[in-house]
Amino acid sequence: MCLGIPGQIIEITDEARKLAMVDVSGVHREINMACVVNDDHRLNDCIGDWVLVHVGFAMSRINEEEAALTLKVLEELGEAQEEIAAMRASGQM
Amino acid sequence: MKYVDEFRDPEKARTLLKEINELVEKIDICKKRPLAIMEVCGGHTHSIFRYGIEGMLPKEIELVHGPGCPVCVLPMGRVDDCVALAEQPNMIFTTFGDAMRVPGSKKSLLQAKADGADVRMVYSPLDALDLARDNRDKEVVFFGLGFETTMPSTALTVLRAQADGIKNFSLFCNHITIIPTVKAILDSPDMKIDGFLGPGHVSMVIGTKPYEFIANHYKRPLVVAGFEPLDVLHSVWMVLKQIDEGRSEIENQYVRIVPDEGNDEALNAVSKVFELREFFEWRGLGSIDHSGVRMREEYADFDAERKFSVPNIKIADPKSCQCGEVLKGVIKPFECKVFGKACTPEMPLGALMVSSEGACAAYYQFGDPDRLRELEEV
Ligand code: SF4
Repeated sequence: MCLGIPGQIIEITDEARKLAMVDVSGVHREINMACVVNDDHRLNDCIGDWVLVHVGFAMSRINEEEAALTLKVLEELGEAQEEIAAMRASGQM
Repeated sequence: MKYVDEFRDPEKARTLLKEINELVEKIDICKKRPLAIMEVCGGHTHSIFRYGIEGMLPKEIELVHGPGCPVCVLPMGRVDDCVALAEQPNMIFTTFGDAMRVPGSKKSLLQAKADGADVRMVYSPLDALDLARDNRDKEVVFFGLGFETTMPSTALTVLRAQADGIKNFSLFCNHITIIPTVKAILDSPDMKIDGFLGPGHVSMVIGTKPYEFIANHYKRPLVVAGFEPLDVLHSVWMVLKQIDEGRSEIENQYVRIVPDEGNDEALNAVSKVFELREFFEWRGLGSIDHSGVRMREEYADFDAERKFSVPNIKIADPKSCQCGEVLKGVIKPFECKVFGKACTPEMPLGALMVSSEGACAAYYQFGDPDRLRELEEV
């Protein structure tokens, strides 16, 4: 029940009620945007945004920069592994 | 879908597992006993079983499946209250699907429906509000449950009902809060948790600050974690890294979704509509102070508890149930006396067997990872 699902905002459907249409893997549904809009990011700025959808509400805007950073950390862990393995291999020679 | 496949990359999972194994070799505790890491959230329990994560981890790490499945901790008396509401004349009782099969002392909501009550599953509380709009001659109650993740959605639905003047809609509020629950686990005398995976979606609402006492006072590391396999492995690695370096801090692995400061808009809606209850009853854990919320007086018209007479009878868990011990990580599900015998997903005694996020159902469905591992090693 607590899992959400990422979706992309494609259209604002009701300004007054803060409703928008989201696309989740091709399925469209109207969701409530009240939790992801504020003075700095208004409803109309949301088109194209990726959000986490939970029980009919957009609960968080997915931060693409942070996602890329986390993936980079994981990437670098892999590279460090390779390097350590290479060092070990050379040390044993 | 965005950031789903990227966090399922098997290559990166292998790298993380290698790193985890190396850390485990360095950590002293692991030489004496398994290191216990609790995932607080039922969503994590679900991911862990779905992707077989427990079986991938070295046997020095024991994952303890915590209380964070709201359906699992629902006491029997509350289910009886739901049934009583659903069986009122002229009533449409709406709920998330997960709650349908939770056993009450006499019946579940599913059985009440079979007996003729108008019980409907909805995806969103907003769908329940639409039902009220379309059926003005009936009362529509929405069964609100869940931690801080779902609280904003029901709060905003109540505010919407008020703004639109929909008087035949009300909320049966059974929301619970995460912090007192984690604290109750930490204070429990049989507590043996070395570190925590923090709930990802509760944290996107409340932020990471409220956990600080866990690091400062109880000296346990907590890493707020995402739900994809790499998120879980990465977070386990972050917990181990803290233990290895002698640190206990609150860290955030799920930065792409969880801002450290939480979500102001969501929190404002929550505090507008709800206030803390003095105590709330949990299945298996007993009563925990300030662990639930109720609706504020201003919203009495939308509060099913005030609007209808709810029996509110306390019913003790069946004696043979050991849900509480499983929830606290004291025993594994298969160590419960009735596991797989008197208690199965078809005929559940305890709620941990009912919900897909419950540890017992997961063990029943996927098997015990330790036993599987032993089989593989033979
Ligand atoms: S097997 Fe059933 S009774 Fe035992 S802990 Fe699990 S859900 Fe509770």
